[in-house]
Amino acid sequence: MSLAEISTEQDAYNFAYLDEQTKRMIRRAILKGIAIPGYQVPFAAREMPMPYGWGTGGVQVTASILGPDDTLKVIDQGSDDTTNAVAIRNFFAVTSGVEMTMKTSEASVIQTRHRIPEEELTEDQTLIYQVPIPEPLRFLEPRETETRKMHALSEYGLMHVKLYEDIATHGHIATTYAYPVMVEGRYVMDPSPTPKFDNPKMHKNRALQLFGAGREKRIYALPPFTDVVSLDFEDHPFQIQEWPDTCCAMCGAKDVYFDEVILDNEGSRMFVCSDSDYCETRQADGHYGEMHAEYKERIQ
Amino acid sequence: MSFQDVKPLLKVEELSHYYGQQLGCRDINFELYPGEVLAIVGESGSGKSTLLNCLSTQINPTMGKAYYRFADGRVENLYEMSEADQRTLLRTDWGFVHQHPRDGLRMGVSAGANVGERLMALGHRHYDNLRSTAIDWLSRVEIDADRVDDAPRTFSGGMQQRLQIARNLVTNPRLVFMDEPTGGLDVSVQARLLDLIRKLVSDLGLSIIIVTHDLAVARLLSHRIMVMKGGEVIEQGLTDQVLDDPHQAYTQLLVSSILQVGT
Repeated sequence: MSLAEISTEQDAYNFAYLDEQTKRMIRRAILKGIAIPGYQVPFAAREMPMPYGWGTGGVQVTASILGPDDTLKVIDQGSDDTTNAVAIRNFFAVTSGVEMTMKTSEASVIQTRHRIPEEELTEDQTLIYQVPIPEPLRFLEPRETETRKMHALSEYGLMHVKLYEDIATHGHIATTYAYPVMVEGRYVMDPSPTPKFDNPKMHKNRALQLFGAGREKRIYALPPFTDVVSLDFEDHPFQIQEWPDTCCAMCGAKDVYFDEVILDNEGSRMFVCSDSDYCETRQADGHYGEMHAEYKERIQ
Repeated sequence: MSFQDVKPLLKVEELSHYYGQQLGCRDINFELYPGEVLAIVGESGSGKSTLLNCLSTQINPTMGKAYYRFADGRVENLYEMSEADQRTLLRTDWGFVHQHPRDGLRMGVSAGANVGERLMALGHRHYDNLRSTAIDWLSRVEIDADRVDDAPRTFSGGMQQRLQIARNLVTNPRLVFMDEPTGGLDVSVQARLLDLIRKLVSDLGLSIIIVTHDLAVARLLSHRIMVMKGGEVIEQGLTDQVLDDPHQAYTQLLVSSILQVGT
């Protein structure tokens, strides 16, 4: 018997925390963002019961689109069980009561801090990013009036100045996260501090991708099957990182994004999948890495 | 092409600008021909910078028109163009050299990136070509090629100013605006910069509108001169004519107030 059945008192919180008028306002911003892929839509971000930098933008977007039938997954750097993910999952467990999952394939809404799940997303899923600084031109052009004008007129020469500078300083494009992308040939977008390893996954993704920046009060979106092209030079094409000699110590996966785990004071270490659900699914399917047996033994 | 066939590059008609009630400049009329260097001289507050900002479309004047002849022969009133076109013009067919290099340069990125920025804005996407173009332009403004990866803040004032010029000229503009380009430089550096500008003007066939309060700069660089006072042009003509035989009392005062060293 649930609380709602035995009590006539109203719930302490509105469903998913935000009041309905606020959700309506945010949904309008989301719809506008979807209509103009890559365009940063200003919205009246609310103060949330968590500090800026903890994903207040993503939380507001999630709260606005969440329905009672949804299944929510929250990840922080690919993992379901790190601080930020746990905090946000608890928040929605209390305020919305929707079903929670750690399985990528079972989730209808996935809120993420930075990573895109390794498993391919489907048309029925929505991926929500927490964005700290939505403006890709910000560190080159501090004036908001000017950057808005540059977006309006599609003046993006400056973005390549940054990449040029990278090559001049490091010999290659050294930007490894928040790597700027061109959306549908029109707007340059900052894909939040996503590792550039995940940039190709944004391109023509089947899922709806929404980006929320709470402190900067901006929402932007990539509808399904949107063109997302990482900027580069003809003689320095965009490349994702490769670790040909590394595979996951737990599940043996290659060609995924890894976390480095320090094991002892002697500096020995292992690499494991950053996407914890992907790793566990593979282990359940019988794929084992070189340290899997030892680990199982230790937790016995 | 005979002399009569040469059409003006820029034709300014009845240009006035007010800051609210405050007069910026009033009733400016002139023509600028291809390859010509026009100096605008006057004291502080005489409206010369206002005029320069109006001409370079950075402010929209209260009244008046300015017709610009594009490379393809098309003539348009600058103030009726869309902002997008104005901005494109300003970073392709025009250049603007600021008095303070930090206004015209990106101090945080390397000299090469500074020179390449306009080209990247035009869609150049080949790093090696951009870099060799940058090195070429640095040598043309007498900066060592091995400084190409250094940030402008490590440059001396004169070098920064030369870098600013290179950054503007990389798209082969036809008209360059200069606002006191030799302002903060010492005399010997000033002299070298003026030499450089003169050389570039004759090599590239540039038209320049240069604002200065320094009559020596005007004398050295310009073909024609406009003397401004209180927001109005009080005298204009060939530089040598105006400076050797000034008609207006104010111009006479300006000319006589040049500090004479020696005899």
